[in-house]
Amino acid sequence: MSTIAFDTSGAIGNAAAADTGAPVRIAVKNLNFYYGDFRSLKDISINFYDRQVTALIGPSGCGKSTLLRTFNRIYSLYPEQRADGQILLDGQNVLSPNIDVNELRARVGMVFQKPTPFPMSIYDNIAFGIRLYEKLPKSELDGRVEEALRKAALWDEAKDKLRQSGMGLSGGQQQRLCIARTIAQKPEVILLDEPTSALDPISTGKIEELIEQLRSEFTIVIVTHNMQQAARISQFTAFMYLGELVEFGPTTKMFMNPTKKQTQDYITGRFG
Amino acid sequence: MDTAVYNEATTEAPLAWGRVRRSRYLADRTLKIVCTLFTILGAFVLGWILLMLLVEGIGGLSPAVFTETTPGPGTEGGGIANAIVGSLVLTVLGIVVATPIGVLAGTYLAEYGKGSTLATVIRFVNDILLAAPSILIGLFVYILMVQPMGGYSGWAGGVALAIIAIPVIVRSTEDMLRLVPGSLREAGAALGAPMSKVIVKISWKAARAGMVTGVILATARIAGETAPLLFTALNNTFWFSPTLMGGVSNLPVTIYQFALAPYPNWRELAWAGALIITMSILALSIVARLVLKKDNVR
Amino acid sequence: MAVMSDEIVVSSNIQTVRRRTSPAFDRGFRFASYGSALVVLAVLAGIIGTMIYGGWPAFQEFGFGFITSSVWNVGADQYGAWVAITGTLTSALIALVIGVPVSIGIAIFLTQLCPPWLRRPVSTTIELLAAVPSIIYGMWGLFVFAPLFANYVQIPLTTLVEGMPILGTVLYARVPSGVGMLTAGIILAIMIIPFIASITRDMLDQIPSILRESAYGIGCTTWEVVRYVLLPQAGVSIIGAIMLGLGRALGETMAVTFVIGNANRLSLSLFDPSSTIASRIANEFNEASGMQMNALLALGCILFVVTFIVLALARLLIARVQTR
Repeated sequence: MSTIAFDTSGAIGNAAAADTGAPVRIAVKNLNFYYGDFRSLKDISINFYDRQVTALIGPSGCGKSTLLRTFNRIYSLYPEQRADGQILLDGQNVLSPNIDVNELRARVGMVFQKPTPFPMSIYDNIAFGIRLYEKLPKSELDGRVEEALRKAALWDEAKDKLRQSGMGLSGGQQQRLCIARTIAQKPEVILLDEPTSALDPISTGKIEELIEQLRSEFTIVIVTHNMQQAARISQFTAFMYLGELVEFGPTTKMFMNPTKKQTQDYITGRFG
Repeated sequence: MDTAVYNEATTEAPLAWGRVRRSRYLADRTLKIVCTLFTILGAFVLGWILLMLLVEGIGGLSPAVFTETTPGPGTEGGGIANAIVGSLVLTVLGIVVATPIGVLAGTYLAEYGKGSTLATVIRFVNDILLAAPSILIGLFVYILMVQPMGGYSGWAGGVALAIIAIPVIVRSTEDMLRLVPGSLREAGAALGAPMSKVIVKISWKAARAGMVTGVILATARIAGETAPLLFTALNNTFWFSPTLMGGVSNLPVTIYQFALAPYPNWRELAWAGALIITMSILALSIVARLVLKKDNVR
Repeated sequence: MAVMSDEIVVSSNIQTVRRRTSPAFDRGFRFASYGSALVVLAVLAGIIGTMIYGGWPAFQEFGFGFITSSVWNVGADQYGAWVAITGTLTSALIALVIGVPVSIGIAIFLTQLCPPWLRRPVSTTIELLAAVPSIIYGMWGLFVFAPLFANYVQIPLTTLVEGMPILGTVLYARVPSGVGMLTAGIILAIMIIPFIASITRDMLDQIPSILRESAYGIGCTTWEVVRYVLLPQAGVSIIGAIMLGLGRALGETMAVTFVIGNANRLSLSLFDPSSTIASRIANEFNEASGMQMNALLALGCILFVVTFIVLALARLLIARVQTR
């Protein structure tokens, strides 16, 4: 493969911006990522737009999860992983050593492949994250917890058992609890790493609906291996392959009329 | 061009940074420092003990330590040759008794009993014996063997050590056999091999390194045991009789008695013995790890 | 590679199998392994049986008073277990108070803070603490630790607290020799650390990394991740590990015998000599006969019951998590 075929300058993103007129929330510039000596992201440049859902798709191992994990620097838990380049969140370089990673992670929330309720009550699962960053009186905290649960469409199911363990919920409910926990912190960006891969179709549908609603408030980046899901819920789609960004554009264009042959092959199911 | 894109960012003013309360970082840093200090403390104690043994023990090491028998009260000089050999005999006796029983019992749990009630109960009891006070095992063997046989003996000491070694071997054998994939056993059974052959020729062979490690660790464990020998093999200052009847001199009890004695040469021998026994046991423990590690790499 | 060698094993087996397939061997092997497994049960039953059998005369003679009496008078043939029982419990409790935080700290260091290349050597070092024979801990405690403890802790502290209420009693050393209850507790703490630390380490390792990432993902510091997510998640199994440490501390003999002072005296001071069940048995059993021997076996019986309960609880708590 010649590198020219994969040439991805920021220009692709600019073209897309014209479509919606939404401002850029995250601007990735020349991002490289390394697992030890292995370079798993190669010179990625891409923009993510304010209050839009962007889906990252591509075959497994293409680097889509890796890219997602750089936005809140969760990769830095592992000493052998490192990133260079720039990720500008509202103009601030997230990769800069001056950034307080804990605070960054409160601003850039993340939901994982499997539900991960903390070993505490449903109420505390949500209040825990709020308390880390805000000192609120009890009544206000109660309000925030309720608001988060409502937004995550879990309030009706959970309101009578707020004091029970989060482990007692079903898988789909647990995942919505994790989403509630994330939005309760009022982040700017929400990262979703294959959030429905461990769920049944009905729970998946509920989560997708939820993502649709959350778009009005948050900038959302979702990694998914399910192309129909990407087509259903996202406004923008980025296709990645072997650590490179192959193509990025409005979802409708990406699925109807992709520019690159590889994108077309992947979307039509010829590989991946 | 590019920078223009990045600067046009956001509609609303981003939240101010620096919302993290200082107390949170204080707690975090305290945790990290305290945990690191605790770990250093643990390593430091091990180092301190080894250093103590070297400083006190090397002075006492001389050829006589390995050639002469333990001196009587008030007798000058002497060595601990009889105690070293006695300890070797007791340890070997214990391991020779414990290994077949432990390996077979572990095999029962992993291959025959599996999830049955009996196997569950035995597993439970074995785990308790693994940590049971060794002095009680000494009392048990005293009533079981020393009283009926009319006196202390190396046999009683060996049995007491075997009882301590068995749970260690049972546990490691079972754990290692469980790691053997079931498909291997099925392959053997599919060829028409009876279960005993499948176990001996396939499961045991596949789990060999782990099982050997278990036996080495059990040896390390019983080599330093003192309490169960106090009332079984006892100790004395002579070469033991070939029948192993009567007291059999051994290192741990010799160290115990000599360390607390008022004679300087006894104390010196106790330190030399302590150095020898600790280094041997640590060496065995490290060898056991290497056996397992080498097998994992392969 | 491994698969290939396994195939060789299998194929070479067929020949041996064909040559001497004997149902008798198969049955014999099965019987032998069954019998060996029963030996494990027999040992436990044997220990319980001998303790009850041997201790029975003492229980009969002194009744319930055997437990509550603190008299231990060989001359008058009067025996009570109270001092040894409280000594055993107190020394084990001190060991837990000191040992548990240190063990958990070490487990946290190994699983959360330690750079990967350092993990193995540090783990091995801590585990080797468990391989050091208990008699060596006794010698270290008596000849190295106790003198330092007497000089730098007991003497200054005794002068400091003298005359104070409560502290003046608990931390007052009549004879600042360095040996006594607190020293025994400290040595026991060091001895149980490797056990509690390595089980806790394994339990923390078993927690899926995705849960840890989630906690960091909402902006937790390492302290918050450990305190509010990882430790509660490991929950009961850490309590199981602590119970296992407690079981070890209750029954430890030689190290305690060296440093506890072996006095049959009830004292409120942690610096005073005392004795534990195990140390008393170690000290007196060889010279004992008649009722004294029965009383010692009765002590052994009490020790066995207590450690059995503690170890059984430990095992149940640890197992519950592993199967989940």
